[in-house]
Amino acid sequence: MPGLEDLYKEIILDHYRNPRHRGELACPPAHKTEGFNPLCGDEVSLTFELQSNVVRELLVIGQGCSISQASASMMSAAVQGKSVAEVRDLTRRFKAMMSIHETSIDPQVAPSEHEATFELGDLEALKGVVKFPVRIKCATLSWNTLLTGLDDLQV
Amino acid sequence: MSLPPDLKSQFPLLSQTINGHEIVYLDSAASSQKPLVVIEAMNNYYRTINANVHRGAYEIAAQATESMEQARVRVARFIGAPSPNEIVFTKNATESFNLIARSWGGKNLGPNDAVLISDMEHHANIVPWQILAAEKGFELRWIPLTPDGHLDLSQLDQLLDGVKMVSITAMSNVLGTLNPVREIADQAHSLGALIAVDGSQFVPHLPTDVQELGADLLCFTGHKMCGPTGVGVLWGRSELLEAMPPFLGGGEMILDVRRDGFTPNELPHKFEAGTPPIAEIIGLGAAVDFLESLDMNNVRQHEIELTDYALRVLNERYGDEVTVHGPINASERGGVLSIQYQDVHPHDLSQVLDQRGICVRAGHHCAKPLMRELGLVATARASLYVYNDTDDIDALVESLEPAGELFAR
Repeated sequence: MPGLEDLYKEIILDHYRNPRHRGELACPPAHKTEGFNPLCGDEVSLTFELQSNVVRELLVIGQGCSISQASASMMSAAVQGKSVAEVRDLTRRFKAMMSIHETSIDPQVAPSEHEATFELGDLEALKGVVKFPVRIKCATLSWNTLLTGLDDLQV
Repeated sequence: MSLPPDLKSQFPLLSQTINGHEIVYLDSAASSQKPLVVIEAMNNYYRTINANVHRGAYEIAAQATESMEQARVRVARFIGAPSPNEIVFTKNATESFNLIARSWGGKNLGPNDAVLISDMEHHANIVPWQILAAEKGFELRWIPLTPDGHLDLSQLDQLLDGVKMVSITAMSNVLGTLNPVREIADQAHSLGALIAVDGSQFVPHLPTDVQELGADLLCFTGHKMCGPTGVGVLWGRSELLEAMPPFLGGGEMILDVRRDGFTPNELPHKFEAGTPPIAEIIGLGAAVDFLESLDMNNVRQHEIELTDYALRVLNERYGDEVTVHGPINASERGGVLSIQYQDVHPHDLSQVLDQRGICVRAGHHCAKPLMRELGLVATARASLYVYNDTDDIDALVESLEPAGELFAR
């Protein structure tokens, strides 16, 4: 649909239609963390199992708009097998991409070399969401939820 | 009698294009658009008579006071209030409810009491009671719903047991349901309870007479009835308002202040601390004039016809693929259409509609307990007002199908 291609990229719609890693792990040994978007009622529930600080498996259940559910699906695919440190790093970068304050107020501050070369892969497709500010919270819901879950475990 | 056909032209905002489309504004339950006469009335105040009210003896201060008090008279007449002194200007309906809860509730509610609200209330008529209940220890009780989206009043007598205040909406902002306020008021009164009514969705759309409604208190807001944001109304019966302690303290609400205390002002000023939103009150007065010039019976008739048209066309075109929550008969409801189309999420639906210049609200509409009852997280809500026409409905109906194609799973 004209004008909406930036938001609803084919890969996003694919994740929405065919969400990856759907389901729920038994807790314990897995950990559970839930997030809500009060604006539109999106809900996401993540269960994940850590082994030596590596995400052995993460499953998603939830309901909500295409952006929130696609983002959760893409996140679930991106974090499997990654260390907690890598997941935190990825989350930080993803949220930076989702920031509407793209250009720094201070021109002296350039993005670090590390950030500039970092690969978000498929997640880049969600970049278009930034042009639709009310939807940013949809895209970041699952990421913030995971972050809360990791913080709760103090890992 | 019907509404003038060129009504849209009196609303400057509606001549705009959005994303290359003529704007189709279907979110009046959230906030209505403003006719030129309202914008001009506020403009004129700032350009010609801007001064604080009830203070200066000079000419423009007197004119500002007179204009504001004229607005109070018009609002009183508009809702059938016996006296303009029963009209308290607040910030919005939310503040009106907070005033009732804090002032009346703070004085009259204790651990053995109950307040009765309903499952279809807006958060504005829930949370102020919850805050107070946590302090005072009274019970907050809920009237349940019937499956077709009405209040289930079959157990009303039992629900009213021990209730000191019933606080319910006259019209649901999600389902559009028009509630039998008079019937509930009579039953409440016969059992010794008072009744406060949320008129936020009712007053802008139907002829309102507080005495016919049987209400003791009525809350509504200016910006949903062609008026500006920043001004709301609390109406209450004089003797009830007289007996209520002040809400906010400060200037204007006092007759005297001494080191050892203060004497509150007369009604309505007792409840209007500080400089009021003068321009907004004057704008609301102009909005009331505008609506009266249309005749509220015509406004209601227009919305019945348009709601009926929308329900019919949606059903003809989409059948079971579309669900409109709430009563199916347009005469039992206002022009609020909470729509579910296929399994397209309301937020996605509203995004596609926005691309075509169509403004609808997606979300829980500040009625989360109701949404939970309905088993929904959100709906896309199209809501109608005086400036909407069948073209607007057609644009909405046309746009559902492409949205469905985009998100088909």
